[in-house]
Amino acid sequence: MRFMLIVKATIDSEAGKMPSKELIDAMQKYNEELVKAGVLLAADGLQPSSNGIRISYPEPGGKPKIIDGPFTEAKEMIAGYTLIEVKSREEAIEWALRMPDPHGFGQGEIELRQVSEIEDLTNDFEWIEKETLLREKVEEKTKS
Amino acid sequence: MTLSETHRTIDAIWRIESAKLVAALTRMVRDLSLAEDFAQDALVIALDHWPKTGIPDNPGAWLMTTAKRRAIDHMRRRKRQDQKYIEIAQHIDMFTEDHIFDGEIGDDLLRLLFMTCHPVLSQDARVALTLRLLCGLTTDEIARSFLTSESTIAQRIVRAKKTLNTKKVPFEVPTGANLQVRLSTVLEVIYLMFNEGYSATSGDHLIRPLLCQEALRLGRVLAEVASDEPEIHGLVALMEIQSSRLKARINAEGEPILLANQNRVQWDRLLIQRGLAALGRSQKLGRTLGPYSLQAAIAACHAEAPTVQETNWPRIAALYEALFRVMPSPIVELNRAVAISMAFGPAFGLQIVDELNANPSLKNYHLLPSVRGDLLVKLGRFEEAYAAFKRAASLTHNERERELYLLRASECKTDS
Repeated sequence: MRFMLIVKATIDSEAGKMPSKELIDAMQKYNEELVKAGVLLAADGLQPSSNGIRISYPEPGGKPKIIDGPFTEAKEMIAGYTLIEVKSREEAIEWALRMPDPHGFGQGEIELRQVSEIEDLTNDFEWIEKETLLREKVEEKTKS
Repeated sequence: MTLSETHRTIDAIWRIESAKLVAALTRMVRDLSLAEDFAQDALVIALDHWPKTGIPDNPGAWLMTTAKRRAIDHMRRRKRQDQKYIEIAQHIDMFTEDHIFDGEIGDDLLRLLFMTCHPVLSQDARVALTLRLLCGLTTDEIARSFLTSESTIAQRIVRAKKTLNTKKVPFEVPTGANLQVRLSTVLEVIYLMFNEGYSATSGDHLIRPLLCQEALRLGRVLAEVASDEPEIHGLVALMEIQSSRLKARINAEGEPILLANQNRVQWDRLLIQRGLAALGRSQKLGRTLGPYSLQAAIAACHAEAPTVQETNWPRIAALYEALFRVMPSPIVELNRAVAISMAFGPAFGLQIVDELNANPSLKNYHLLPSVRGDLLVKLGRFEEAYAAFKRAASLTHNERERELYLLRASECKTDS
């Protein structure tokens, strides 16, 4: 099963302030540990929301609304993620606990979310087929 | 935390730490069974202590220290009785300090892997022992993966450890020319593990993919500790790309779907990218591509193609030719025939297939007449195709395949 370890944004990360050298080193060491254990699939840090875009649909069936960042409420935003493949929920928690405190100053927060597999969502194969077709269309669109 | 939560957490920690523990302890006591016993002892102590005291900050180090203490006690006792331990016991002080660096742990894991995949063991024993000691699976999990009983696996593991002991198999990474031979055995074990999970269409649905995941995980670990071996990256690339199709290769009835008919949107893009990256690492080492890297390169051609028609068939045909040179097998040649026919037309493929017809080792291989029938249909030679499909139907042992061949044979009758 896959888990995403989501590192929440803070005032500092939103301000684009670089983390300390110690933290960068510790994070690097942690990522190496994940790689050596064969569990790391992907990991990235995100730019502050000042460079982000939000698209919302305030009216059902209406046109989307596009808002440029920055956004408020740092805690609701993401500063980075780490995607791991593990055998159990507990293993995911154990790995997450080994991640260094991502911010310090009492602001660090990591959220664990399990990645849903298509089979988890439904056993309705007709639905899966529709969903697959939909994804296919989306892919085609992204390609063109 | 409730008791069962703590136990599940300890399970998870065990999974992360057990191979490292067993590897470090084997280096210390030079005996796999003893090493596993000490590691297990530490686990038992943890199961007793941690629910009361809470889980320590660095559970891995805690387990390692506890297990080493057990080992040292044991060696002190044995020292008086057994000559064998005198020398080891003289150096025990160096094990009491926590001086082991990451690099050394990686090397120990590698040594352990070479031990569990040693050629003195049977293929089955290598796989079972590797799953147990390097992947930290329980005998029950291994038994369920191989659709056999727990006692069979337990016995297999006990016997394997005994064999390693009596044959005095050393805890070391082989050197020189021997390294390549032994490495290929290790890779074979990992790929066997992977295929056991991958090719299974029956059995416990939750447990069999576990084998694929374990093999991939072990491959990724190996690629880190022995990063200058191109074939390790080749094998990882092959497993990553094949895993990307895990979900697309079986239909709602649990029947396998051929690569050509799979819904490519369901392929896992992340695993494909990881596979391509691993293949890149293999190629970057600049040596002649070995069988795993070549198979991965073929898999990569499929992975990168949006449709069957848009696949780079000439490149696949060339890669099969290269593969045939390092791994001469009529089955590789048959695959090349298919690629050639896709690239340059069925007549060219048929030429190779007809040459293979003379090969006695493929005499009873149903895929040969099946491929032949397919090419003959494309060439409009329906009567010959009919006979080929009939022959394929008579050779396969799989009822569903037989039906499919008979159906294709009857289609030849109506077409002609």
